[in-house]
Amino acid sequence: MYGALWHILPGPVWVRILELLVLLLIVLFVLVEWVFPWFNTFVNVNDVTVTP
Amino acid sequence: MSDDPAPSSPRERRRRELHRVSIIGVLGELLVTAGVLVFLFLGWQLWLNDVLVGGQQNASAAALGHSWTAEVPTVPTVPDAPAAQSVTYGEPVLSTAPAEATKFAIMYIPRFGADYARSIAEGVSTVRVLNKNGIGHYPGTQMPGQVGNFAVAAHRTTYGAPFNSIATLRVGDRIYVQTEKGYYTYVYRNTEYVYPNGVGVKNPVPQSKTVATTDRLLTMTSCNPKLSAAERIVAYSVFDSWQPLSAGAPEDIAALVQKGS
Repeated sequence: MYGALWHILPGPVWVRILELLVLLLIVLFVLVEWVFPWFNTFVNVNDVTVTP
Repeated sequence: MSDDPAPSSPRERRRRELHRVSIIGVLGELLVTAGVLVFLFLGWQLWLNDVLVGGQQNASAAALGHSWTAEVPTVPTVPDAPAAQSVTYGEPVLSTAPAEATKFAIMYIPRFGADYARSIAEGVSTVRVLNKNGIGHYPGTQMPGQVGNFAVAAHRTTYGAPFNSIATLRVGDRIYVQTEKGYYTYVYRNTEYVYPNGVGVKNPVPQSKTVATTDRLLTMTSCNPKLSAAERIVAYSVFDSWQPLSAGAPEDIAALVQKGS
């Protein structure tokens, strides 16, 4: 999977490393901005109110 | 994936080997990825998001306070008054509850840190109010300074955790609530632990439905123990005094209010 990704990426080794870093940053941004907040709504450690 | 030479049909053999490796390999990589994701989520939930949101909440509370105080020329307390403490401003002026998720007050709690200021918005929806704003006001409960119970809720962990230090309050600690009308000072009284359905803590007289009251309470609820939804921690404070914005901020928080402007 990651091996195939490495082969797909064009350019010499240092360019591929840069490309991987950019991909990683994009993935992290998507996670922090959308995926984690969405998943967190299912984690009920956040309940702080008293409700009947 | 090594290039070991095979005697017969090397290409066929290599393809089969690659195929076998990739199934187990992909499975393994997926599992490792899942593990990394779990740790990333925990890091985000318990630390990164907390730090980011907490900073935003402090900054937005400061901006809100400034937007009120900027319009009001601060008149120093009457110069010929013998002692500043003896100045009273009569009955507290009340504000009315705004629409859901609208900020209407700021809470200053010196016990929680010298620069602690968080805004209070109407409503206690986890997603719409508590995650975004920090502190939420239980709809239907009274407003700051009003006879009855001004009840609020906030996270104890995650999303800026406004009430993270709620268990460190000591009897006599001052809690200041600022609205566009003025400053309301409350004094911390006691803490109670209830189950999540313990709605009686929001009553004008907590845990009583029938007794009429003349007291002005501030009730803060959060989760207990930390990172658990099993119980609620409830901190009660009683109203001490009121002063209009024009009288300036109470001495305890004057520097903090000044800094925000």
